[in-house]
Amino acid sequence: MADTATPTRVPLVEYLVLDEGDPHLVAHECTNCGARFFDRRNACAACFQTDFRQVRIATEGELRTFTIVAFAAPGVEVPFVSGVIDCDGTSVRGNLRNVEPDADHVHTGMKVRLTTYSLGTDDHGTEAIGFAFEPA
Amino acid sequence: MSASDEIWILGINMTKFGKHIDRDVVDLASEAVMAALADGGVTMADMGVLAAGNLMGSGGIGQQIQKQVGQTGIPVYNVSNACATGATALRTAIMAIKAGETDMGLAVGVEKLAGVGLLGGGGRAKKDGNEWEPQGRYGAVTSTDGRIGTDTMPGVFAQVGMEYGHKYGGADFELFAKISEKNHAHSTLNPLAAYSKRFTLEEIMGDMMIAYPNTRPMCSANCDGAAAAVVVSGDKLKTLSLEQQRRAVKVSASVLTSDPWQEACQVLPDVNTLTRNAAKTAYEAAGIGPDDLDLVELHDCFATAELVHYDNLGLCEEGGAVDFFNSGAPWRDGSLPVNVSGGLQSKGHPISATGIANIWEICHHLRGEAGDRQIEGAKVGLAHVIGLGSACGVHILEKSAA
Repeated sequence: MADTATPTRVPLVEYLVLDEGDPHLVAHECTNCGARFFDRRNACAACFQTDFRQVRIATEGELRTFTIVAFAAPGVEVPFVSGVIDCDGTSVRGNLRNVEPDADHVHTGMKVRLTTYSLGTDDHGTEAIGFAFEPA
Repeated sequence: MSASDEIWILGINMTKFGKHIDRDVVDLASEAVMAALADGGVTMADMGVLAAGNLMGSGGIGQQIQKQVGQTGIPVYNVSNACATGATALRTAIMAIKAGETDMGLAVGVEKLAGVGLLGGGGRAKKDGNEWEPQGRYGAVTSTDGRIGTDTMPGVFAQVGMEYGHKYGGADFELFAKISEKNHAHSTLNPLAAYSKRFTLEEIMGDMMIAYPNTRPMCSANCDGAAAAVVVSGDKLKTLSLEQQRRAVKVSASVLTSDPWQEACQVLPDVNTLTRNAAKTAYEAAGIGPDDLDLVELHDCFATAELVHYDNLGLCEEGGAVDFFNSGAPWRDGSLPVNVSGGLQSKGHPISATGIANIWEICHHLRGEAGDRQIEGAKVGLAHVIGLGSACGVHILEKSAA
């Protein structure tokens, strides 16, 4: 039974694992061909097989591409840096945080690492935790 | 290829792109359809199939058009492939002819997009009751747009272009802005373009930033428009008048692909592999190579997208897109003019119409009817569209020998 004095935390997405002090991403890896996916699967899009194992994704990587979104849908805070990070061979979609969101401070090839942040608490006292990448 | 295997464009038309406040999608589509039929010297009675696309509508656009221009009971295929919808409609009509089910067909694409604003993005907000609860395939407790990357089109395609720069170098903000400068300059000669204003490089780079490095003029222009084409088998064409035969344009290749699995493709759409596959198949079907092309109309949904497609379509060597642009080749006075219509950035992008409108542009030049904007001696052209999801249409068109 959870200690009611400690607020519960939920990850923004299921593929973010919030192990105490060791937050990391996981993926479903096809046991036949090794293709990795972050979403709930019906089958492997690469080889059509249906057996997956959960694998841990490296928390450090290299920014392979990015954009700085200045104009977004209502309710989305701008500007923000959106990018694709190469985490030891697995491509991960994520935002960059803890860095000035401009072209002087962000460049492709920069080394980054996983970080987490709070999205706030709901009426039940549950805190949602999101992930992003910050300069390493 | 014998005449019975050949497919020709007999008639084709695009409406002026822009803001058409008093006209609905059926008005616009009907204008394009009736003009394409007249251009081909045929009527609805001659059509054996209709393929129609309109992404933003509620469905059944083909039948809605028929109820205005001619209900003859022919099979109607209402198609949808994002920005490749127009090419998909044309491909569908061509398939029916190739299957021997008819010898003449009609394809039309129409969209009202003026004033629609940003495409992509948004998504589900936190569930009612202010409670974090996982939903959907990622078990997300709230919308991930803006928190885990971006779903906006300008942002997605900005990353596509920046990734090319990371891999090969030389692709900076200024380079992408210069691509936009080219297309806006080209559009000043196109009376059908939604926007035909020249922008300086400084104006483009200084304009409102949407998603770095894409500023507003570097994004495809949302507007209203329609385009339609009549396609005919080679055997049928030979029975028509000499004038109809003279103005017909041969479809040497009509190809549609979707995106094959690649490692990162479900993280950032891979617009490269499926385009390369479509281009390769098209060149083989047409028996030509990129060197034979006299002009190209490709999918510059954003300035950052045009760059990668120089490479994907084989217009330059692999990794050579920046050099290709900097050599001046894709300008209208260069060795391989790209988007002399003004492209999606300036001519506009009424989504379902684009795939047929860029074929209209190629045909216009191949027929020698492009006036001020004519690419002299144009004999062979390539039209390319790509819709996210994804789908890629590539058509190769050749001037009639007649």
